[in-house]
Amino acid sequence: MSPSPGARGAGLDASAPLFAALGDGTRLRLVSRLGRDGPTSITRLTAGGDVTRQAVTKHLHVLAHAGLVRSRRRGRESLWELQPRRLEVARRYLDAISKQWDVALGRLKAAVEGDD
Amino acid sequence: MSTTGGSTDRIEKKIVLRAPRAKVWKALADAPQFGSWFGVDLKGASFAPGARVRGKVTHPGYEHLTWDVVVERMEPERLLSWRWHPYAVDPKLDYSKEPTTLVVFELKDVPEGTLLTVVESGFDQIPLSRRAEAWRMNDQGWAAQMKNVERHVA
Repeated sequence: MSPSPGARGAGLDASAPLFAALGDGTRLRLVSRLGRDGPTSITRLTAGGDVTRQAVTKHLHVLAHAGLVRSRRRGRESLWELQPRRLEVARRYLDAISKQWDVALGRLKAAVEGDD
Repeated sequence: MSTTGGSTDRIEKKIVLRAPRAKVWKALADAPQFGSWFGVDLKGASFAPGARVRGKVTHPGYEHLTWDVVVERMEPERLLSWRWHPYAVDPKLDYSKEPTTLVVFELKDVPEGTLLTVVESGFDQIPLSRRAEAWRMNDQGWAAQMKNVERHVA
């Protein structure tokens, strides 16, 4: 799809920490993994990867600070899961695509309403 | 131009075009004409149900991207639909295994000309991380581009 103007302006500042938190490949992969697998322990999030447990913990805390994930204790370990703010990601994404359509349809309007 | 709905799965746009339905249909269904306003080089291409249509994006700074859709339905002067990978803006990524969204254009006569409704749906199937990434890739260049278009259209 062709890219679009960003949905910038009012309301964006409040979201800045959210998108800063997602501006990292490892963190995006963690979000993606939690979205796919549901609540997951650090042990499982670390297993098989090349990122240390310490680094994963640090990234999870950045995501938690942005309101994207949270941990809750189950027995002896903590499980990490996605938080409702992910809806904000979905809405912002839709805003960006929506702007794209506005621009495209503005061009269509100019094209069909112009002289033959 | 209006947008409706609070859903995260779909976008709906309605716009009244002061032009006859046949003319609007041609701007949608004739691939090269479509490409000229949408911003993709579709010279020599044509839309047909089931056809995969590809072309180079012509927006300045994004010429390295390929626009790539599979046409679903075409009902002359009434409906055109296709599927694509929304916001596939990273040429290094292979989007082919990922879910697509469905884009439907519908035309209706209204006293002022033609009412065009565009619905794009299926976003809830797109991985959240992909959606976050698309946000990140929005850049200032496009904000400037939009201002140009606004000036042009106004």
